[in-house]
Amino acid sequence: MAQENETVLRVRNLRLYFQTRGGPVQAVDGVDFDLRKNEATVIIGESGCGKSSLAKAILRLLPRNAGRYDGEIWLHDQNIMALNDESFRKEIRWRRISMVPQAAMNALNPVMKIGDQVAEPAMVHLNMDEEDAMKSAVRMLEHVGVPIDFLHRYAFELSGGMRQRSALAMALVTLPDVVILDEPTSALDVLTQASIMNLMKRMKHELETSFILITHDIATSSELADNVAVMYAGQIVEVGDARRFFPKPLHPYSHALMASVPRLRETIEPEFITGQPPSLLNPPTGCRFKDRCPRRFEKCDQEPPMYTREGDRLVKCWLYEQPSA
Amino acid sequence: MSNDKGKANGTTHTNGNGLPLLRIDDLHVWYELKRFGFGHAGYVRAVDGVRFDLQQGEAIACVGESGCGKSSLMKTILGLNMPTSGDVIFDDTPLSETRGEDLRQYRSKIGYVQQDPFGALPPFMTIERILEEPLIINGMTDKEQRRVRITKILEEVKLTPVNEVLPKYPHMLSGGQQQRVVIARAMVMEPKLLVADEPVSMLDASVRVEILRLLRKLQESHNLAVIYITHDLSTVRYFSEYIFVMYAGEIVEFARMEDLLNNPKHPYTHALLEASSDPNADNALVMREIPKGEPPSLVNPPPACRFHPRCPHFMEGLCNVKVPPQFVVEEHHRVACWLYDDSAKG
Repeated sequence: MAQENETVLRVRNLRLYFQTRGGPVQAVDGVDFDLRKNEATVIIGESGCGKSSLAKAILRLLPRNAGRYDGEIWLHDQNIMALNDESFRKEIRWRRISMVPQAAMNALNPVMKIGDQVAEPAMVHLNMDEEDAMKSAVRMLEHVGVPIDFLHRYAFELSGGMRQRSALAMALVTLPDVVILDEPTSALDVLTQASIMNLMKRMKHELETSFILITHDIATSSELADNVAVMYAGQIVEVGDARRFFPKPLHPYSHALMASVPRLRETIEPEFITGQPPSLLNPPTGCRFKDRCPRRFEKCDQEPPMYTREGDRLVKCWLYEQPSA
Repeated sequence: MSNDKGKANGTTHTNGNGLPLLRIDDLHVWYELKRFGFGHAGYVRAVDGVRFDLQQGEAIACVGESGCGKSSLMKTILGLNMPTSGDVIFDDTPLSETRGEDLRQYRSKIGYVQQDPFGALPPFMTIERILEEPLIINGMTDKEQRRVRITKILEEVKLTPVNEVLPKYPHMLSGGQQQRVVIARAMVMEPKLLVADEPVSMLDASVRVEILRLLRKLQESHNLAVIYITHDLSTVRYFSEYIFVMYAGEIVEFARMEDLLNNPKHPYTHALLEASSDPNADNALVMREIPKGEPPSLVNPPPACRFHPRCPHFMEGLCNVKVPPQFVVEEHHRVACWLYDDSAKG
């Protein structure tokens, strides 16, 4: 795992604003990150930090009130932001990048059989005929551990775990380069959650797919993470290798977030973060975390740039301005 | 102490006759299944032979997956379901014999903290109205008196300044603040027992700890008994003295919190602990051992030990034939598993 895998997805300066009566909501504001082949990048953050909007921005699934939407998304050597909507739909969405939406287990169509639902993306996006599509659906369902006799059942006949597996099969049936998972396990029980995480670990190795996992559950995110990006108020404040991030986060927000996780096997008291995340309608100038930050100083009124630390770790905080810090 | 007012209603809350504040005595809650709207088609055995005691001022955690019967147990304790057999004895009142006005009295002595704060608060009521309603229903007619009580409780849950909070609607508050309103509503009748059903599962990590600490503080300052229902073992450590694990309608293990987390006995408890992760990058490198299959249907649960089809220590001819009794492995630690049958080992 140590050798560098080729970069599959590069997101540069991505912005997505929503128009509201109160003004633009800066849900995704200048996001940069990379995703390498066969790896998983985990995006963690609290609710309202823009992590689901980031997923939608990458897949160009924009709501009607989307305002400013720009930046660059490089999929291998192609800037997919330059494509028009029709060719994006035909060439990229689900063919190259697919998604398991939030609460996917409840997002299945209640009047379609599981098999038809999993086969549908292959028919629509890969132009397969029904028979071939059904074959690849069966293969994928077997892969994710859904028994074949569930093929002709409806979503309500399946347990939560099985529905989640079916939703995953729907995202994987076209063998995309990148799968975005938006809170894939948040509505599931502990044991089901752990077995879905096991499944995704296996998928990552077997299918040569890269994952973007979006979650607020930091403990579970560590099950899959190769890289971690911490998002706060529409911006990424820290990106880095998971093996170095979890023991020692750099940004004061990452630090506070990690300290707030209750531990099962250690007896440290968790700490909460005082205050609330800022409104994205009118975020504070300078560092957006400054009002809650225990290490605030004068410089924080200006927006900090991304500093590089320890080789390839990036952190958006003035504390790291000096190379010695 | 605020508890004194509760006593004025004519009930005593001492352990004078040796009963704890809450005793769950061989409780069964079964729901009948009907075929075509009538005609018997079996029972859903949601709670099947549960027993435990809870003393005033103690916190107990109930851990289990969805469908294990923990919600049915909770609803029965709250007096929303009636026991099929067995009983819930709260504050010297056996629930199975309580009806009408007495039942309303019974319910008013137990506070309930719901899981999803947004869903639990009526969107068209102001915070003041939400907190006032239980008091009006329970006969506090003096507006000034109500105002005093509400102000006091809002200060306790740290929703201040109170005058700014009162005229707001739930959607104007953040998730953490909404959950504080839910807790304030549960506390406004000054109950002796608080049932908290996954009170932090819908909240962000950074707020979770804050809410758990608030509950803990309320428990200590009011000498409350608390039942904390959760599926997340990692939050249990900060909350309760005792913990029990439910599987398919039955208690499989009951212990002091430290004993259960550090020295789990039942294979199902082992599996739950194995499946819960702490943030650690090494997690990505290992596969977790998860028992195969899914929790059984409660209409027709497996015979004898209900965990046996999924158990890695399954013993043919024993686990699928004889119901395991609760073996006491040490003081305050009992487990329903044949692995701990000392008499068989000789």
